[in-house]
Amino acid sequence: MNRMMLFIPLIIFAVMAAFLGGGIGRENKDVLPSPLVDKPFPQFILQQVEAEKQLTQTDLQGKPMLVNVWATWCPTCKAEHEFLNTLAAEGIRIIGINYKDDDEEAKIWLRDYGNPYEFNISDPKGKLGLELGVYGAPETFFVDGDGIIRAKHVGDLNQRVWDKYKAQFAGMITHVDPVAAELTNTPMGEEK
Amino acid sequence: MKLIVALCLSLFALTSLAVVDGHKYPFDNEIDKGRFEVLAEELRCPKCQNQNLADSNAPVASDLRDKVYELMNEGQTDDQIVSYLVARYGDFVRYNPPVQKNTFFLWFGPGVMALIAFFIIIRLTRTNKKSQPLSEEESTKLAELKAARSEKQES
Repeated sequence: MNRMMLFIPLIIFAVMAAFLGGGIGRENKDVLPSPLVDKPFPQFILQQVEAEKQLTQTDLQGKPMLVNVWATWCPTCKAEHEFLNTLAAEGIRIIGINYKDDDEEAKIWLRDYGNPYEFNISDPKGKLGLELGVYGAPETFFVDGDGIIRAKHVGDLNQRVWDKYKAQFAGMITHVDPVAAELTNTPMGEEK
Repeated sequence: MKLIVALCLSLFALTSLAVVDGHKYPFDNEIDKGRFEVLAEELRCPKCQNQNLADSNAPVASDLRDKVYELMNEGQTDDQIVSYLVARYGDFVRYNPPVQKNTFFLWFGPGVMALIAFFIIIRLTRTNKKSQPLSEEESTKLAELKAARSEKQES
């Protein structure tokens, strides 16, 4: 019998060890792919945290934005907050979803740690979170000017992560809000 | 026999649903109750990927159980409920993944490997069994040894 045959089990073992060993490193909750990428942001009607105002998905259009899911009970959200402040200072548009949280506590948090958000959507029951497939805060959605989700990041946002998405974000479609554009064309707009 | 199998299966269902507080999801008939239990077992908790919705204590699992219950009461079918969750959380929420391009290895890998192992075993056992006829020298040696042995026994 061919002696080389004896090595077949060893070779199979080596191949499987390489394949499965590679899988161990990749087993990372951060890479759970979202089926929502390249889909429109889900419809919703929810209150704003900071004001008595109703918000819908149409508020998430115009200029490309980060939609950041956060909560005061989430330690990682605290860790990434400073970086969000930095991004906001650079002129990046950030919208918050206050996920399964208390509006009053959220307001205190924003007062104490700074507010990088253009506005915050109040989602106390996690209904919008469920529509978005959120499974752990913080999560960040990259939404373009048409209100289409282009990418999703699970976990905290930091310089290293931002470098990865920066180019894609910069290349996203930007729109002047059609409603606002119409308004500026009307006599009322000209009066301004 | 059927009764025994049924009893064993029902025991299985009892243990894995122990975590879910049954009173929270009241059903007016046994069929819907069974459907809910099956769905909660076949759907995976996205936060803690090694547990199903029935087993997990994670808040997101509880939210998804509520959603499944809500959709069931709206009259949606099992398929509709599963695709509702897949549309939001991806195929990862299914413990029973669909057969598609990226799951071929998952579905057919074990079978292919078993076949390979089977052929290897057959080859190895076949080649071992084949015995060569003794050469002349060997036969005379064998005869000598046999003779020597019988002499020893006689003495």
